[in-house]
Amino acid sequence: MIERWLEGKDVCICAGPGGVGKTSTAAAVALGMAGRGAKVAVLTIDPARRLAHALGLDELGHEAHLVDVPVKGELWAMMLDPKRTFDQLVEQHAPDERTRDAVLSNRIYLELSNAVAGSQEYMAMEKLHQLHSEGEYDLLVLDTPPTRHALDFLDAPRKLAAFIDSPSLQLLAGPGTLGLKLLGRGSGVLFGAMKRATGVDLLADLSDFFRSFGGMVEGFRERAHEVNTLLADERSTFVVVTSPREDSLDEAAFFHDRLRDAELPFAGVIANRVRKPAPEHEADVAGEVEELLGAELGRKVVRTWDEERALAARDRAALRRLRKRLDGVPLIEVPRLDEDVHDLDGLARMNEHLFRRARSSPPGRPSPSRRTG
Amino acid sequence: MSPLDKRLLLVTGKGGVGKTTVAAALGLAATRRGKRVILCELGEQERLTALFGSTLADETERELAPGLFGVTVDPDRTKEEWLRYQLKSDTLAGLLGGSRVFQYLTAAAPGLTELVSMGKVWDLAQLERRTEGAVYDLAIVDAPATGHGLAMLSAPSTYAGVARVGPIRRQAEIIDAFVRDRDSTGVLAVTLPEEIPVNETIDLEARLRDELAMRLDAVVVNAVHPQRFTAADARRLEGIDGRGSDEARAAVRSALSEERLARAERSQAARLRRASRAKLLTLPFVVEPELGLEELERLARILERRL
Repeated sequence: MIERWLEGKDVCICAGPGGVGKTSTAAAVALGMAGRGAKVAVLTIDPARRLAHALGLDELGHEAHLVDVPVKGELWAMMLDPKRTFDQLVEQHAPDERTRDAVLSNRIYLELSNAVAGSQEYMAMEKLHQLHSEGEYDLLVLDTPPTRHALDFLDAPRKLAAFIDSPSLQLLAGPGTLGLKLLGRGSGVLFGAMKRATGVDLLADLSDFFRSFGGMVEGFRERAHEVNTLLADERSTFVVVTSPREDSLDEAAFFHDRLRDAELPFAGVIANRVRKPAPEHEADVAGEVEELLGAELGRKVVRTWDEERALAARDRAALRRLRKRLDGVPLIEVPRLDEDVHDLDGLARMNEHLFRRARSSPPGRPSPSRRTG
Repeated sequence: MSPLDKRLLLVTGKGGVGKTTVAAALGLAATRRGKRVILCELGEQERLTALFGSTLADETERELAPGLFGVTVDPDRTKEEWLRYQLKSDTLAGLLGGSRVFQYLTAAAPGLTELVSMGKVWDLAQLERRTEGAVYDLAIVDAPATGHGLAMLSAPSTYAGVARVGPIRRQAEIIDAFVRDRDSTGVLAVTLPEEIPVNETIDLEARLRDELAMRLDAVVVNAVHPQRFTAADARRLEGIDGRGSDEARAAVRSALSEERLARAERSQAARLRRASRAKLLTLPFVVEPELGLEELERLARILERRL
């Protein structure tokens, strides 16, 4: 299945709401492709501790790191550090050391690079772009940050580019101190009103920042443009990961619509943690279970089983609605596994569902093995 | 002091842990104590809408259930409302709000949206409202996920520092003082009994303490599975090993998996209890296909008993 989505691709961006197992899915996809002979890197933001450990990310996490796993290709993993990436960008584009230091120590910059919605997402894309241009890997799998509005990052490059081109920045970052003079004199009703609304110091801080930033405008603009081009390239693809929970599905559908509207390459949806359909209800399973286990334990088992069936039915209904809503969009289901996926074995178990091997032989007969060849 | 007796409650936590559900249940819990409550959702999420089968468009404060009101805080509209108040002139506010230069500047000013949103929910929690509107005993905010939620909480203090003079500084200081006053404002974290949400909750508590000198009032551990099977039960279930019909075996497997899940959840909850100084409350996992008013009331009763 997913190997077909990734045919001829060198970038796979896994996006979707938080809490659906996106990091595990990204890692499983990367592991599976490495198993098929590719040199793959999975880039993640904040993996669970045990998964990070399994990927060797608990030490040297911010450098690409070869995962110790016997595969035909290579599996590399790295943890993204958005703040560091932003700093590197500034270092790279600053015309001189003074400007670089002015920006890196500016209060507005510190806020911007640390916390503000969108900048984390954008820096993930930036790192992706950087690795892609270095061309070390056959495939890059990116696990995006789980933002509430999971698509903020799509707007980030555009926003940055639009902002850089905006008249306000041109004004503030323009030659000399024209911008400041305008603000300082409060010339015009507009600036007077702005001053009353904000307090002049804030504007001065902002304009300080933008003046230092001004020298880097060209570099950043070009970069944002390149990132946009990479995302839209036919060798890139987006995969939306979701769980069968109603709110996750809503976000996934919304996500799909946004990708389509932005005309970005979209491969399909992975529905993770789907409860498997229960076997047909047999005549008197309650009686049988109570006979096997005694009345007390039997009743508890039957109650759990009834709940499980109800939840599986809920998942099925939710996925039916999703399929209807995303008419014709490819969808892969990964069943809910007994335990949280936190090691390479767990990732391999997910892969049994993500990558479908041609099941050419009926059960009971040995399948023709390519390994003997 | 019960968080329900404060004036402003922020409900935060990792995405997907059920913040909206818990915020709504808290609102119902407070109305059970006879309070007039307003629930605020930020941006156009329409989750509260879905829970109460109502629409919350256009910034109006609307009654969702007896004594429980709801409002959507839209950043752009709130910014304009704030400007109008600031400039005491609709014309000027319109001029400025419509100005591209101003829009770019405010979009670029980090945390200004968060500040203005905090200003709005602060206003909702005041006995004398800055803007026209009804007065509430308690405002509950379905706040953004952890990191962004913290950015929102810290926006007033950031701006009190950045804007050294002027109206922003004055207002930011007032809001910041209100947010940090433990009698006025409370922060509740919602989590699931799973590894990453628990990590994030522990991290949130530390950052609240270190960056804002604030405390978590309570942590709601949501969707906890019942501890239905004992270790002895599990051993007996494992002993069945392949006996019985297909369905009976599937039933036994699901019981074993439930036992493992409940055990893993208990160890995550225990880890949280060891690491956190906040009061811990648990809400049960709800099996019902859709969370209706009835289930919300049930969760509200549990919360009211414990808060």
